[in-house]
Amino acid sequence: MDKIVRMQARDVNFYYGKQHALKGINLDIFNNSVTAIIGPSGCGKSTFIRILNRMHELVPSARISGEVMLDERNILSPEVDAVELRKRVGMVFQKPNPFPKSIFDNIAYGLSINGVKDKRLVEERVVESLKKAALWDEVKNRLHDSALGMSGGQQQRLCIARCLAIEPEVILFDEPCASLDPISTKKIEDLILELEKDYTIVIVTHNMQQAARVSDYTGFFLMGELIEFDRTETMFTSPKDKRTEDYITGRFG
Amino acid sequence: MKIKAATLKEFLGFLLLRLCMLCVALIIVVIFYDIISKGWGSISWEFLTQPPVDGMTKGGIFPAIVGTFFVAVITAVLSVPLGMGCAIYLNEYAKDNVLTRFIRLSIRNLSGVPSIVYGLFGVALFVEACHFGTSILAAGCTLGLMTLPLTITSSEEALKTVPRAYREGALALGATKWQAIRSNVLPYSVPGMLTGTILGLSRAAGETAPILFTGAAFFLPDIPNSIFSQFMALPYHLYIMSTQHHNIALVRPIAYGTALVLIVLIFLMNLVAIIIRYRLRKRGIVHG
Repeated sequence: MDKIVRMQARDVNFYYGKQHALKGINLDIFNNSVTAIIGPSGCGKSTFIRILNRMHELVPSARISGEVMLDERNILSPEVDAVELRKRVGMVFQKPNPFPKSIFDNIAYGLSINGVKDKRLVEERVVESLKKAALWDEVKNRLHDSALGMSGGQQQRLCIARCLAIEPEVILFDEPCASLDPISTKKIEDLILELEKDYTIVIVTHNMQQAARVSDYTGFFLMGELIEFDRTETMFTSPKDKRTEDYITGRFG
Repeated sequence: MKIKAATLKEFLGFLLLRLCMLCVALIIVVIFYDIISKGWGSISWEFLTQPPVDGMTKGGIFPAIVGTFFVAVITAVLSVPLGMGCAIYLNEYAKDNVLTRFIRLSIRNLSGVPSIVYGLFGVALFVEACHFGTSILAAGCTLGLMTLPLTITSSEEALKTVPRAYREGALALGATKWQAIRSNVLPYSVPGMLTGTILGLSRAAGETAPILFTGAAFFLPDIPNSIFSQFMALPYHLYIMSTQHHNIALVRPIAYGTALVLIVLIFLMNLVAIIIRYRLRKRGIVHG
């Protein structure tokens, strides 16, 4: 029983200058599920995820063709406002990037640019987001301390809380645990499994065990192509493509 | 034996570097000693607060201090907003293409243009074409133009020290580009921009050539009463006292006193820049 398709890439080609970084990608992202994108460095997985909220536009030489649908609407169309899109499709980056502000202000920032001005509402949402991001108990007594004083894992959960505060529908994780220790990684993974109930999640990861642990679906990218896409269970137990098998059994990558 | 040779080379290398450093330090010390020892005697309350009298052989340099201050204000008013705005545009908005590369190159080259050329240009543009006359406004604008390349370049450097992650983080939360710049880039770069700008201003305040034709006066008994007045300025006054006065030997102490005041003023401006930088580094925003 498949879930509803929330986002869908249709024949997406992407170029950095002359370099053909993504070649005809077709991929479905299902509602309230975790989709993992795996593959070796330079395979285009980060490029792909950044297209989903149009962060690729920050690269000047980027060129793109194809369609990316979000609820029957092509988000690549010029009529779609990237700013509005990013409020619906949030992103957590590889390196935790809290702003050099207090913990509270980090979360309140997203609210203020979205026009939430009411102080009590802001406070409520900050607390709620921190609780959802499993960070509240650790920081409730130092909300007004600088976010830069937190550990890497806490910073990353703060970035997740910041993202949750603006109530996105889809959350993109770009190798969220790449710079974290195993304990922090575990916390983020538990959190992702928890968030799955309310959000649609796409996670790029280098770590195949992580993909196996957290995701429902997995896509394997290689040299800009989507080699295989399937339920994670199927993918890791009986991959159809020889290259997928080689990668997930650790023969290259 | 081999280790010894390496140790010796290391010793000689450091010795050479140390000598270079000592040379530079020595030159600075000698200059300061010369100016302070010869200028200190002229400094008095009267010297700082009175106009020159008796054919500029006595009295003070008050009009020159005020003139330099006014010109510096005009310079700042022109070059700070223009320079910062230009830097923000170039660094945050402009696409990297042939045109913007040409503009960048031009800006770099402009900073190498001799100041006397700016002076001539100031006469043509501000004094004549804009009908400012020889005035504080014309001289301030000329100096403003001269400091623009420095302001732009240092402001761009300051913008580049803001991590990309701050911009991306804001954009990913649904901020517009301007919101991201205003809330997540400028607060961390404006102090750095100011540092470069103040250094540029302090350089401008010490310039003689650009104000020579555009507004600086040989002698005025009163302080200027509008931006269209001519003015006396410290560097120009110093120039007159050392080369143009009818009795150079007699006014030598006044020249040294003027030099000392000018140096102290510029030093104070640089000190402000250093303090801003220091406080930033303490907050961990600017690295280096």
